[in-house]
Amino acid sequence: MAPHDLRRPFKRAAISDQQRRRELSLQRQAQHRRDAQHQARCLASFLNPHSDPEPEPETTPEPEPEPTDSPKELDVRHASKLKGAEARKWFARQLMLPEWMIDVPDQLPQDWYVFARPAGKRCFVVSSNGTTVSRLRNGSMLHHFPSALPSGARTKDSSGSAQSYSILDCIFHELDQTYYVIDMVCWREYSLYDCTAEFRFFWLSSKLAETAYTGAVPYVKDGLLFYNKHAHYQTGNTPLALVWKDENCSQYVIDTDSKGQVPSQQQVVLELQDNGNLSTSDDPPVVFGCLDQAFIEQTESRSGNLLRFAIGDGGLNFVDGKLEKADLHYLGKSNRARAFADSYSKVMFQYMARHSPLRIDDLLASINSSNDQENKPSDVEMVG
Amino acid sequence: MSQIEEISNLFSLKSNAMNIGAPLSSSRSVTVLLLSHSIPWTTRYNMAMEVTQILLNAQSIDGNVRKHAEDSIKQFQEQNLPSFLLSLSGELANDDKPVESRKLAGLILKNALDAKEQHRKFELVQSWVTLDSAVKAQIKTCLLQTLSSAVSDARSTASQVIAKIAGIELPQKQWPELIVSLLSNIHQQAPNVRQATLETLGYLCEEVSPNVVDQDQVNKILTAVVQGMNASEGNNDVRLAATRALYNALGFAHANFSNDMERDYIMRVVCEATLSPEVKIRQAAFECLVSISSTYYEKLAHYIQDIFNITAKAVREDEEPVALQAIEFWSSICDEEIDILEDYGGDFTGDSAIPCFYFIKQALPALVPMLLETLLKQEEDQDQDEGAWNIAMAGGTCLGLVARTVGDDIVPLVMPFIEENITKPEWRQREAATYAFGSILEGPSPDKLTPIVNVALTFMLTALTKDPNNHVKDTTAWTLGRIFEFLHGSTIDSPIITQANCQQIITVLLQSMKDVPNVAEKACGALYFLAQGFEEGGPSSPLTPFFQEIVQALLTVTHREDASESRLRTAAYETLNEVVRCSTDETATMVLHLVPIIMTELHKTLEGQKLSSDERERQSELQGLLCGCLQVIIQKLGSSEPTKYLFMQYADQIMELYLRVFACRSATVHEEAMLAIGALAYATGPDFAKYMPEFYKYLEMGLQNFEEYQVCAVTVGVVGDICRALEDQILPYCDGIMTQLLKNLSSNQLHRSVKPPIFSCFGDIALAIGENFEKYLMYAMPMLQSAAELSAHTSGADDDLVDYTNSLRNGILEAYSGIFQGFKNSPKTQLLIPFALHILQFLDSIYMEKDMDDVVMKTAVGVLGDLADTLGSNAGTLIQQSLSSKDFLDECLSSDDHLIKESAEWAKLAISRAISV
Repeated sequence: MAPHDLRRPFKRAAISDQQRRRELSLQRQAQHRRDAQHQARCLASFLNPHSDPEPEPETTPEPEPEPTDSPKELDVRHASKLKGAEARKWFARQLMLPEWMIDVPDQLPQDWYVFARPAGKRCFVVSSNGTTVSRLRNGSMLHHFPSALPSGARTKDSSGSAQSYSILDCIFHELDQTYYVIDMVCWREYSLYDCTAEFRFFWLSSKLAETAYTGAVPYVKDGLLFYNKHAHYQTGNTPLALVWKDENCSQYVIDTDSKGQVPSQQQVVLELQDNGNLSTSDDPPVVFGCLDQAFIEQTESRSGNLLRFAIGDGGLNFVDGKLEKADLHYLGKSNRARAFADSYSKVMFQYMARHSPLRIDDLLASINSSNDQENKPSDVEMVG
Repeated sequence: MSQIEEISNLFSLKSNAMNIGAPLSSSRSVTVLLLSHSIPWTTRYNMAMEVTQILLNAQSIDGNVRKHAEDSIKQFQEQNLPSFLLSLSGELANDDKPVESRKLAGLILKNALDAKEQHRKFELVQSWVTLDSAVKAQIKTCLLQTLSSAVSDARSTASQVIAKIAGIELPQKQWPELIVSLLSNIHQQAPNVRQATLETLGYLCEEVSPNVVDQDQVNKILTAVVQGMNASEGNNDVRLAATRALYNALGFAHANFSNDMERDYIMRVVCEATLSPEVKIRQAAFECLVSISSTYYEKLAHYIQDIFNITAKAVREDEEPVALQAIEFWSSICDEEIDILEDYGGDFTGDSAIPCFYFIKQALPALVPMLLETLLKQEEDQDQDEGAWNIAMAGGTCLGLVARTVGDDIVPLVMPFIEENITKPEWRQREAATYAFGSILEGPSPDKLTPIVNVALTFMLTALTKDPNNHVKDTTAWTLGRIFEFLHGSTIDSPIITQANCQQIITVLLQSMKDVPNVAEKACGALYFLAQGFEEGGPSSPLTPFFQEIVQALLTVTHREDASESRLRTAAYETLNEVVRCSTDETATMVLHLVPIIMTELHKTLEGQKLSSDERERQSELQGLLCGCLQVIIQKLGSSEPTKYLFMQYADQIMELYLRVFACRSATVHEEAMLAIGALAYATGPDFAKYMPEFYKYLEMGLQNFEEYQVCAVTVGVVGDICRALEDQILPYCDGIMTQLLKNLSSNQLHRSVKPPIFSCFGDIALAIGENFEKYLMYAMPMLQSAAELSAHTSGADDDLVDYTNSLRNGILEAYSGIFQGFKNSPKTQLLIPFALHILQFLDSIYMEKDMDDVVMKTAVGVLGDLADTLGSNAGTLIQQSLSSKDFLDECLSSDDHLIKESAEWAKLAISRAISV
């Protein structure tokens, strides 16, 4: 029996770099496996109609719709089958409309998703019954085409039920004739209205505002869209989705008139109320001014009309952050195709864009300063 | 049988039941046994005459003669094993034969009983067990008889063979007369018999596990051994054999060490043996003390003062081999106390089974001066000699361990020595002072060390440039590395590296990288830790302004003619890797520029000229380094979208290069290249499909590489990467991959650590191909089930086994998760219903076992959710009946670990949907 070797490592790092490479690779793989599983779980829940696996069609009757269904969900089921004017009417009310970002929300990096908005027309894409239809913001049909969405084309695909349908919130990007999905309302009959954005956006990695701003995307950008993680899909205007633009990431920062020119003065569209108030499309509405009865009669305006004004040199005046006075000059009635007055945030964003815009640096500064406080418990319960 | 053996045996049984294309493992041992009866060897050789000659020829200096003899031996062994073993034992026992043939006969006999590789060992044991018992009896008789031989080499060889047979037979309760017969030898007069018998007992204790020998026999063995060690034993050979035997027998002596009287006696005899006039006995006795220090730490309080005196004397006065063991005793005590104190640190309940006796803290005032003295006994060129180990190195290493054990207390004891010596004209003093300083940098608090380091840093930087002695510069660069390793980084409150000194530090280190190889290697190491300390520094790194310069300097080092000395080239690439890993977006384009540079280097290594085996080995090493470096770069660039996008321009070229690398045979290179391809697949995504037709064969080769199991393990991980990249495009390759993975699981040749990742990989595949996994269910599910049953309970297992069991559970659970998620929404979901009960029972039983780690807990609660989500109301009742859906889920919901909590919330949601219908 020879003496035992007792040499210990001398002037060496305890762990070899090769071992380190191995471990880092394993960590990376474990992380990616976790991500894949997380994604599959979220995806799985969308795909799962009601945790009732497809029974044998011959032997078991179709499951009855559960009484627990929310009314909205029944609407969706119904809506997928609507046609013509009824469909237009229904879809015109259904898009979630982001407010314009006029100040930077707290917790921007923690609670908000961001992505570069593709330039183009906002629309719903509905697949059902072997065909796919896209509908614009006002509910009118844009395209009619076969797609790879569930029941989006007539195929002998054994995997999907012929009855299934999906509704996606998209932007149609003219240049490459592509629909970019920005949100999901319903996937294979599974309503996502009641899911938080965090849940709906499983496929989007939470990107930094900076990356979304400067990063390369395969489409023309039109500003940045921010979605609050905790917000549910809400129809109409919502402060839990925000849009922001500057010249670097959008060709359309300041509104143009019908000829595509930027007017010398900012124009706003407001709704005339019974009492003569001029208000925005917000709920509750923000009042920008008041028309006297004589003027209303002179212009043959009626309550509910959308009127166009220019903001004069007097501008908008604020006291304690509330709008107090607006220097409005009447231009005429608005284009008939318009369904809504401007929202307060839109007017404000346009006003700021002309005077003192919210710059990307302001956004980034807010991110950096809130990074410092990242560890503080500051979760806000959102009630979408 | 251990649990793990059961698991692998079970897998091998399962293997008979399945065949999905390729042949499964064959049983080579059976084949050998059948052949052994077919041709009687005796008909072809005149045994008695020829064996001796063949054994001598096998040691001939003439290569042809040797080769011929080796072939004959092999043929003999394969054709008639019983007769082969008998003639070898006869040769060994025969005092008329030359010692050379006897020794080789014994050695071949030994090798016919044991092997390093597990499966080979298993085969050999099986063939011994099935040997005719009369043959075995005759062999054993020959061996025991040899113990009385006058030729010491023959005796010693026989001892080892006896111990090997004992290792096979004692656990089976066979050969009961062996120990009795050995013990009776002890009372013989002839010292050679006593010496050989003690040596045999020593080997026996090494081969056999303590629990197969009953306490009565243990007592007798220990009595015989300790008596043989006693000073009253007049024969030094007997005493040395006894002392060495005790070293192995210590593991058997737990009961005896708990008995005060017996322990006192053993300790007295061991301590006396450290004073023997015979150096080998002193060395062996100190080895016993070292072993006692770790095995019986908690029994040492009574003896520690005496032991200190003995070791101090040995360190100062004895010959080096003895002094080294004496220092090792204290290093070993440090190891013990560091472990215990670490256990204490976790929670203050003092959960550690063994209390800390603070031997080091008590010995500190005497121990530290003793160790400092050793530092001055350096050898001239120890830094250039990789195998060097001397008293100065051992003393410095021990000093480092002492610092880790006692922390701040060591600083005031070492500082005077440093101050006194660091400016002396004699290099030994400057080096010793620097080494002492470097040694105590791990352990004491940054508060204690930072003020000293702030003063020392400038001195060190000057010494590294100006000191005339290489040895001093080597230690200085190493010390700078230790400073950066332990006192620089985002966790340290007051930074020692500032804007003011950063430039100077880098200038000095880059300058030093042009010094002799051993100094340059340490400078690279210092730069490694300097970069590492800036890893978590945010979006901007202080190294950014120097990035280009650093990278250039490191690449220059890799091209030095003498870069293969002192592992300089390796250190330079490793440092480059760390610099890349810790770089920020600011330098992303410079990292990107490295891609074509490293690719060109790798390309150069593939330009095939005829190489000598030495050159080939060096080239393989370089390829491994380059593949490793590219892998780090790919992983870095792939981790953020903009850089990934830029990197993709090189993907095709890199892949082409790797396919050429795979064509070369070298395990390390394959492993590195495989890791790099995993990172590449992740970065490439679905486009990786275009590389698959060519890459697939190397993937399969990797999965088949059982011998270099690291390659196999890495390849299994890469299959997961590719699944995630390709999703269902991996389908065409799945039959091949699954066949190989199932074979791997069934094999008892594959290292056990690879099996849990294989299960996880099932999950990756199922997730990627969804319901197409159907055809593999019939193979994968039974395997998962049996592995689950075996991994459910760990009672009585040691920490290692608990860790392994948890990793196995995690793999099994990840497989279930992937399968459930993969089958989701498919009409084939019902195929999984029959497995639900078993899976829920598995979850319940591991919950009851209460030894899950956090990772398993997270995966387990996830499986609960996946099961509920996929099976829905079909499993509603089963879920409601399971313990997991209540107590376990509640426990996870209130976990502090957010990953567990997140999975638990998911499970809760899925369960509520499943049972609401």
